Amino acid sequence: MDLIFEGLKKAFWLLVSFDPEVMGITLLSIKVSGSATLISLVIGISVGAGVALTRFPGRRIVVSLINTGMALPPVVVGLFVTIFLWRNGPLGILGILYTPLAMIIAQAIIATPIVMGITLAAVQQLPDKLRLQILALGATRMQMIWILVKEAKLSLFAAVMAGFGGVISEVGASIMVGGNIMGYSRVLTTATVMETSRGNFDVAIALSLILLLLAYLINLALTQVQQRERPR
Amino acid sequence: MSSSPVIFEVRDLQVIRGGSLILNVPSFAVSQGELLVLIGPNGAGKSTLLQALSALVTPSRGEILFRGRRIGTEIALLQYRRKLAMVLQEPLLFDTTVYHNVASGLKIRGMKRDKIEPIVAKTLERFGIAHLKDRSARTLSGGEARRASIARAFATDPEVLLLDEPFSALDPIMRETLLEDLEQVLQETRITTIFVTHDRIEALRLATRLGVMGTGEILQSGSPEEVMNRPVNEFVASLVGVENILHGRVTGKNEGSFTVSLSGQTIEAIGAMETGDQVILCIRPENVILSNIASGNPVGSGNTFPANVERITAMGPYQKVELNCGFPLVTYVRGHTLSALSIKQGTEVLASFDARSIHVIKERPAAHS
Repeated sequence: MDLIFEGLKKAFWLLVSFDPEVMGITLLSIKVSGSATLISLVIGISVGAGVALTRFPGRRIVVSLINTGMALPPVVVGLFVTIFLWRNGPLGILGILYTPLAMIIAQAIIATPIVMGITLAAVQQLPDKLRLQILALGATRMQMIWILVKEAKLSLFAAVMAGFGGVISEVGASIMVGGNIMGYSRVLTTATVMETSRGNFDVAIALSLILLLLAYLINLALTQVQQRERPR
Repeated sequence: MSSSPVIFEVRDLQVIRGGSLILNVPSFAVSQGELLVLIGPNGAGKSTLLQALSALVTPSRGEILFRGRRIGTEIALLQYRRKLAMVLQEPLLFDTTVYHNVASGLKIRGMKRDKIEPIVAKTLERFGIAHLKDRSARTLSGGEARRASIARAFATDPEVLLLDEPFSALDPIMRETLLEDLEQVLQETRITTIFVTHDRIEALRLATRLGVMGTGEILQSGSPEEVMNRPVNEFVASLVGVENILHGRVTGKNEGSFTVSLSGQTIEAIGAMETGDQVILCIRPENVILSNIASGNPVGSGNTFPANVERITAMGPYQKVELNCGFPLVTYVRGHTLSALSIKQGTEVLASFDARSIHVIKERPAAHS
């Protein structure tokens, strides 16, 4: 019990004193996961909407691949990104393994299928005739897709939340491709793992609280927007 | 009508879906300023024809010309679609305000905001929804949503308006007021319109030309008067409200007229038929007149038959009276007429109809239907 109490006390202190190391870790987490989510939104929404609106042979296989991708294990992503970025790997020449950039790449790979899958489902759910109506209004194909995506925006907020939630909380890939280097590629989750293994529960608790708070605040903000947009 | 320029010309148009022919229009044209109403049962191909005309379905065969130019080759699809506006059965409004919905067609065309504003304001005013402009489209009632949807179509100032059963889901009162407003706007603008419905009353009210569709084909098209009174076949007759369709054989002929024997009765009709011809007699129920058998003084001339009143059904201001004259006959009369003639179920009456009011269709030896 003492352990937890002491941990909470220390955590509180680390938070209110704006401990520079903790702040650095937090900022990097936001930067890495935020960038990864942005990338996943661009790719996920365009491909998801594209697949939802096109009929082509093998479409079902593609859809089920996307849906499977939504459950992609971060360690598997971490493994393959590591292999690709390894010095002798196909992209080793870039020299970006154990950098925040590598973490952004890995997290984007994790978040993209999530955003894609939700977008696909959301756009597919729109009435079929809506597409005809938009075209009849004189829209180009790109305009039509854009209008449909806007029509599905409520679900797309869910995509953002799920995507960001998925990557801010993952640890496997980040530790594998980022290396948890202090002051450089250490994020909230990787730091928590490390501190826990060292028995520094107070720091670990502080980091966990920040992580929870962060996830909560971002989801709160998105939920605000989403509920404001909700049909009344 | 022929002096107006042709807007649409359809040649040999076919749409095949899932292996079956769902639209087959060998030739058809719509002229400027026409208000063509297409009626027909579900699955008749009405909506498919509209979608083909608006280039939303690709024909399997044939071509459509817009003002003499081939759609898709001589006139680009996008450019073409921007000359039309379409309103579907569902309002399909976007998840934004009424204002932005009505503005959407103009925004799609890349029009500047300050130019859009007066147009939208005028359109909202015209359809009586100016007070709703800042409301979210999702909060509108069915009637309001229809108005917004029609306003959105009108805002782009289309050359042709295509309406696909826009009122079918509305209650009668809402439908009536909306129909009145649309009628007025259509009369003011004289915009070329194709209106699809399966409501006969709506069709007759709006149409300058009436087209009847069935099984993917345009079975007949002409003035409402012509289609109503001179349907080309039994199917069209039943669709335009000819409730008395009698099959018989010509048994005798006179100068300009002939007689048909039917269940022991002889009906006289006008036309040049040969004895032995198989014919269909179409008698609109409003042309059947009832009189009291005691008065012995039938109204009208020609065909008068004693009849038994089999059934009386109230239909709003009218009563539907089903008779048996040896052959079945239906008529509509006002309630007070029934009581004045003391007609009840089971009463014997005289039913008469003028030979000139019978539309005769010569039955062809069945090739295929």
